[in-house]
Amino acid sequence: MVVAESKPIEEILAMVADFDKILLTGCKGCVTVCNAGGQKEVGILASALKIARKKEGREIEIEEITLERQCDPEYIDQLEEPIAKNNYDAVLSMACSVGPQYIANRYEDTLVYPCLNTTFIGGALEHGVWAEFCQACGSCGIHNFGALCPIARCAKSLLNGPCGGSAGGKCEISPETDCVWHLIYERMSRLGQLDKMANVVMFKDWTTSRDGGPRKIVREDLKQ
Amino acid sequence: MKAGSHLEKMFAAGHFAVTGELGPPRGADAGHIHEKAKYLKGIVESVNVTDNQTAVVRMASMAVCRLLLDMGIEPNLQMVCRDRNRLAIQADLLGASALGIKNVLCLSGDHQKFGDHPQAKNVFDIDSMQLIATCKKLRDEGKLINDHECEGVPQYFIGAAVNPFADPFDFRVTRLAKKIKAGVDFLQTQCIYNMEKFRTYIQQANDLGLTEKCYIMAGITPLKSVGMARYMQKFVPGLDVPEDYIERLKGVDKKKQGDEGIKIAIEQIQEVKEMKGIAGVHVMAIEWEERVEEIVSGAGLLPRPEVS
Repeated sequence: MVVAESKPIEEILAMVADFDKILLTGCKGCVTVCNAGGQKEVGILASALKIARKKEGREIEIEEITLERQCDPEYIDQLEEPIAKNNYDAVLSMACSVGPQYIANRYEDTLVYPCLNTTFIGGALEHGVWAEFCQACGSCGIHNFGALCPIARCAKSLLNGPCGGSAGGKCEISPETDCVWHLIYERMSRLGQLDKMANVVMFKDWTTSRDGGPRKIVREDLKQ
Repeated sequence: MKAGSHLEKMFAAGHFAVTGELGPPRGADAGHIHEKAKYLKGIVESVNVTDNQTAVVRMASMAVCRLLLDMGIEPNLQMVCRDRNRLAIQADLLGASALGIKNVLCLSGDHQKFGDHPQAKNVFDIDSMQLIATCKKLRDEGKLINDHECEGVPQYFIGAAVNPFADPFDFRVTRLAKKIKAGVDFLQTQCIYNMEKFRTYIQQANDLGLTEKCYIMAGITPLKSVGMARYMQKFVPGLDVPEDYIERLKGVDKKKQGDEGIKIAIEQIQEVKEMKGIAGVHVMAIEWEERVEEIVSGAGLLPRPEVS
């Protein structure tokens, strides 16, 4: 899933400093799963903003709505009525950055702000801990690396084994970061595939990654 | 001869080779280069010029290499994959050859997190292994990565680094073998302090016949003080400084710790010189160029042999 985290409350307060009435929108997709922008978090942020503004002596009116998904035009349409009726100063999105962009695209005259920092494609390691697993290079080859991704999980995206900074299974950038190449080595050793690690992996073609420009998938079989 | 560099000739003639290292300044002062490099002239075969080492911005390695050539010193151009993509890397490699640079050292590069611009975007379009392959393809096939033929084929003696002390240890010799497969001609090791582990590593390389396929130079960095030794032991990932050396430095007067460090370096050189599979030493006297002569001389390696 897409993993995101809340921006600091101070940054969000600065965004809405000039506003008296806003719509705060959550998303029931990935950001609900990673506890960053679901219905519950929308409620918490709305309360925090109201309390802070009350303290400043300038109350703010906040309406809350959590959509099924914000990365789908069908659900973004559901904002049409509240936006038309209520004359909000701005709409804030607690989805990953796709959400606010969809809202901006659909409602041309509406100011839109993101409340989250979209962080990575990853998963939970334990309750309250998430880590990055994929960089969306667009050409998956993890089966060559014991089904672990060196592009996303090696700090230098190396393709030919651990660099000289790998120590005790940890990456040189931080003792908190696993050296994915150490993990790859251990796994391939267990699988009896160490001979594969002796091959020189040549240049990666990055055209399918972000380097090829913004990406789009067209499925003719599904298009209407 | 692959490139006909002085370093290559020394190896080819069967001499135990010596290389040095020079870190460019954090500024535009060419005088700084002259000041440091004069201590290395005639003492070592060639001098590595670091490339934004530890991810700190410094004068460009290629420019400093050219300054060294003007001083009559042969440079080893260090090149890291952190700061440039395959377009820039190949352009720089072609330019380096045009400037008369014949030795290239292919490195991944320290992560920018450690440097003076941690906010920078890194590149790592290709890795050090692929950089070796790039140099080889340019030299042996006269072709760029995209198979485009070069007008004017560059000649390099291709080098790289290996760290016998990083983990997982059992993979380290495989990585050395991969660098040979990719096309490396010579290798310089990370600073050696744990001699026992180094012996095991070289034994493994000998057993696989790898030391006959490329020239391996043992990395030697003299310890200036107990403080430096502790720092390297604790904070430099992939470095292994045994407690014995620290105890030895502690055993002498503080003002004499540097001299003791030099003594240790000399003993290390004498030790590795006797090891099968070691073709030379790479002396990295960090900000201590003026003591290199003493080290090389102390190890009985001066005067340097003449080759033509």
